[in-house]
Amino acid sequence: MTSAYVFDAIRTPRGKGKHDGSLHSVKPVRLIADLLQALERRNRLDTARVEDVILGCGSPVGEQGAAIGKTAALLAGWDDSVAGCQIDRFCGSGLEAVNMAAARVMSGMEDLIVAGGVESMSRVPMGAGGGALFFDPEVMAKANFVSQGVSADLIATLGGYSREDVDGFALRSQQKASAAQRQGRFDGSLIAVRDASGQIVLDRDEFVKPKTTMETLAGLKPSFAKLGEMGMDAVAIAKYPQTLSIRHVHTAGNSSGVVDGASAVLIGSEAAGRDLGLVPRARISAMAIVSTEPTIMLTGPGPAVRKLLAKSGLSIDDIDLFEVNEAFASVVLRFLDDLHVPEEKVNVNGGAIALGHPIGATGGMLIGTIIDELERQNLQRGVCTLCIGGGMGIATLVERV
Amino acid sequence: MENANYETLEGGTVVITIDMAGAPLNVMNDAFGDMLDTVLARLEAERDSITGVIITSGKASFVAGGDVNKILALTQGGAEAGFAFVQALKARLRRIESFGRPVVASINGSALGGGLELALACHHRIAIDDAKSQIGFPEVGLGILPAAGGVVRTVRMLGLMKALPLLTEGRRLAPQDALQQGLVDELASSREDMLAKAKAWIATNPSPRQPWEVKGYSIPGGNMFAPENIGAMSVFPSMIFKKTRGLLPAAERILAVASESTQVGFDAAMLIESRTFAELLMTPVTENLIRTMFLQMNEITAGESRPKGFEKQKVRKVGILGAGMMGRGIAYSCACAGIDVVLKDISLVSAEAGKAYSRDLLDKAVKRGRKTKEDREAILARIQPTILMEDLSDCDLVIEAVFEDVPLKKGIVREVEAVLKTGTIVATNTSTLPISLLAEASANPTNFVGLHFFSPVDKMHIVEIICGKGTSEETLARVYNFVQQIKKTPIVVHDSRGFFTSRVFSVFADEGDRLLKDGVDPAIIENAARDAGMPVGPLAVQDEVMMDMLLRSYKTNRVLDQELGDSYSETYAVCAELCELMCDCGRAGRGAGAGFYDYLPDDGKQLWPGLTEMFGGDKAMDYADVRDRMMYRMVVEAARCLQENVVTSERDGNIGSILAFGFPSYSGGVFQFIRSMGIDAFLARCETLASAYGQRFSPPEELAERLARSNTALIAINP
Repeated sequence: MTSAYVFDAIRTPRGKGKHDGSLHSVKPVRLIADLLQALERRNRLDTARVEDVILGCGSPVGEQGAAIGKTAALLAGWDDSVAGCQIDRFCGSGLEAVNMAAARVMSGMEDLIVAGGVESMSRVPMGAGGGALFFDPEVMAKANFVSQGVSADLIATLGGYSREDVDGFALRSQQKASAAQRQGRFDGSLIAVRDASGQIVLDRDEFVKPKTTMETLAGLKPSFAKLGEMGMDAVAIAKYPQTLSIRHVHTAGNSSGVVDGASAVLIGSEAAGRDLGLVPRARISAMAIVSTEPTIMLTGPGPAVRKLLAKSGLSIDDIDLFEVNEAFASVVLRFLDDLHVPEEKVNVNGGAIALGHPIGATGGMLIGTIIDELERQNLQRGVCTLCIGGGMGIATLVERV
Repeated sequence: MENANYETLEGGTVVITIDMAGAPLNVMNDAFGDMLDTVLARLEAERDSITGVIITSGKASFVAGGDVNKILALTQGGAEAGFAFVQALKARLRRIESFGRPVVASINGSALGGGLELALACHHRIAIDDAKSQIGFPEVGLGILPAAGGVVRTVRMLGLMKALPLLTEGRRLAPQDALQQGLVDELASSREDMLAKAKAWIATNPSPRQPWEVKGYSIPGGNMFAPENIGAMSVFPSMIFKKTRGLLPAAERILAVASESTQVGFDAAMLIESRTFAELLMTPVTENLIRTMFLQMNEITAGESRPKGFEKQKVRKVGILGAGMMGRGIAYSCACAGIDVVLKDISLVSAEAGKAYSRDLLDKAVKRGRKTKEDREAILARIQPTILMEDLSDCDLVIEAVFEDVPLKKGIVREVEAVLKTGTIVATNTSTLPISLLAEASANPTNFVGLHFFSPVDKMHIVEIICGKGTSEETLARVYNFVQQIKKTPIVVHDSRGFFTSRVFSVFADEGDRLLKDGVDPAIIENAARDAGMPVGPLAVQDEVMMDMLLRSYKTNRVLDQELGDSYSETYAVCAELCELMCDCGRAGRGAGAGFYDYLPDDGKQLWPGLTEMFGGDKAMDYADVRDRMMYRMVVEAARCLQENVVTSERDGNIGSILAFGFPSYSGGVFQFIRSMGIDAFLARCETLASAYGQRFSPPEELAERLARSNTALIAINP
């Protein structure tokens, strides 16, 4: 079987996903088209050799809608022969794009693909894409659907994670992200967003809050208590009768940040790399998708990684680093408990609690972050994983070459 | 014209006065459909000479909605019959809507369900401003949805957000509120005013069209995915779930149909509405609700369990002995119903405190706008606190509500009877003590009866009437009317230990305690009870009632058992055992600040961790078994009551179980629970439970036969 290699993995900085965020003034197709141009520039890429641009997007509507992969290739001025599409697997969209690209290369059917994602949460807010899972009463009743925040609180309740536990995790995420920024650990893969005249719009992740303390975190109000009170707790407890109440521990401070951003990963075969003078940085060796109970919804990463390891014949100790998307603090704590992974191996440069989670773009960002860190520490294997709406989980194994 | 009067006025306006022959109300059934067909045929034939149409009713109300007997017949006819019935009704209303002349609904009284749907198919709605009239969609309470276009038209007229509460909550609005909500367009002061306004509207609107027929129309607020709607759409299902626990599907399905109706054209929306009607029609819940909550409730209102042949009499003056929690509550309910009350206690301070309780409740009612200050003063003026037995001498009815103690109650009965005029009924309010035993103290046991009120009396709308051995039919008839006079629902039972409601409900607590003792996780026990539809779990209920009280009643019953050679107290011996254990731990319940639960300073509560230490809490047991042990225990106990003639009609048992202790309404009550499931399936499940958990789950042997016999008491279906 052909191996799928990562030649490059870049991203925009993450802008605060509100009207006062720096990237709010930049349209999503521009965010991703600029990244494509950066890929072309950095790799002296003959774009006619790229066969497809697969982009993940969680709300693929409006200005993010209609096959934004193709649209971005057009705006980037790439060769007419480059196809493009977009895919939606909620929060797993970006990593799904990477996995699909790798699988198509591994199958031998294609040689060079760009995978990644884009999400301007400030311009196309969550929910803009509608969706029967989130708004159709029949589906919601059938699936005992609750808000993800209530699911995260349910995980904390069942796992016995206190407010201090989740806040402590959030604080460490902030501290690690700040340290990584100070030490320039993101610089190699981070492409500044510039306006049409070339002036910098944003050149660093702006959501990080270096001054965070346990006290500031403790002062935040639980975000999902009201939804719980309105009935979502009852819906969740109907599935989990071992608890009488749900402990609402998640706040804006220990949940992932709402941000704007994009990611792009250049994936191809060894032959394509040789032809184009591209140096493989890592191999995508295995991938896994699972789905679990939909009400608790966010417990997919553990089972996804277990499946990934089983497929690749590795044990958990063979993995040097993990990127576990910090959708909520309890998601990562649950992952650590499920797989008995030491926290030192996980999200060493912080995660979405500090940096933000631009839904469809995140998976591509995690690939870049973990390869950079494997190289920096001269380690071999890394796993990226995300929890996904509907109960799904996705994972990807990357190995340095 | 049969069932309607068709009158053409000068100027070409036709007034249709619907007046279904031989019925107190206009309800929608096959005859109603035929009437509409005849009316429509004539209107359409005379269209050229018609300038407008006014639809009104010859009854006190406008149209009261679908004929429930017809709906019940449709449940037997199958989904196709249900679909066809509402499609035909829709087609008729559509002809009204597209008649090409202004059609005004002149709502002279209540317009409910199908009646409101008829009005919505008209171009304009004028209601007489009578605060007693009710306008709304009660369908959800019967497990169905408005299917003559009610969902579709309300959403298209008002928008999803305004329509949903009206459709899913079944609220009945007074005309003023209906106007404010947009369900009616104008109010009128009288029938004449209403007709004048209708004529005036017709004159100025010669060719009106429904908003949704106008080009460029869009639904107010947009479709279900509009940004304005998605916030609410994402929580509505869970809000409904919190109320129904997924056991009453109608509200959930109404929400789904209303939402989906915004995504499609008018005709498709109408089809979706009809299909969902047929779907809901065929759920057992719908039949359960119709049989119990509507038909059996109507039978109770009509006095089916009241002995015939006794003239209805009103109680003018009632005496209440004991101004404690129960006495003061009964006093309040009586005074509110316009009955003079003498409230006697040992000290004037206590009697006055009993009256002050009414003042507190009335102050709250005034604050909320439910009563006026004048109402409050009038009601309070009816309550006379006293310490003198003689003040009760001219009462029509005396209710003793003193402490649950046989010698005390007997003494009071003797004392009060000495001052009463002849013919006065003496009732004892008790939840435990045998009526016939207390009646021994009465000089005239024919006039002696048990009235089991529930706490808090002002909120609990049921009274269990207990006939002692000597209670006469006339006495029963009179107290039956009294219970209705104070706007409560009477059920009639015979004197037996625990009567009906206490006996059945106490085994719920007992089985919860047995599960706990078996080592089942207390959270699972509580949640399983609530998942089955009980309002609170068995442990929470014991905390609320207070376990020292339960223990006292158990001890009383044990003494009575010894005296009477009975074994009643054994039915809740484990409950008593655990109550004693908890009381010994200083945890008698919420009132003591601690019980099965810890009560937190922020008003929250959590299960006491000591329970798992004491009982384990890690025993694996099938969740369905946990749930069914509690539910079947009650139902089997109820079946024994039927067998022993404690209750003689399923009706009283069904309604009693729902109103007295919150047995889930979706099931239709303790007996409909069995019928809905099927007697054979019920017996099979009982057998499984009995072999796994004990003989207490074995129903009386002759259950099937007994149910078959009492089946004659079930409502015959008259389509």
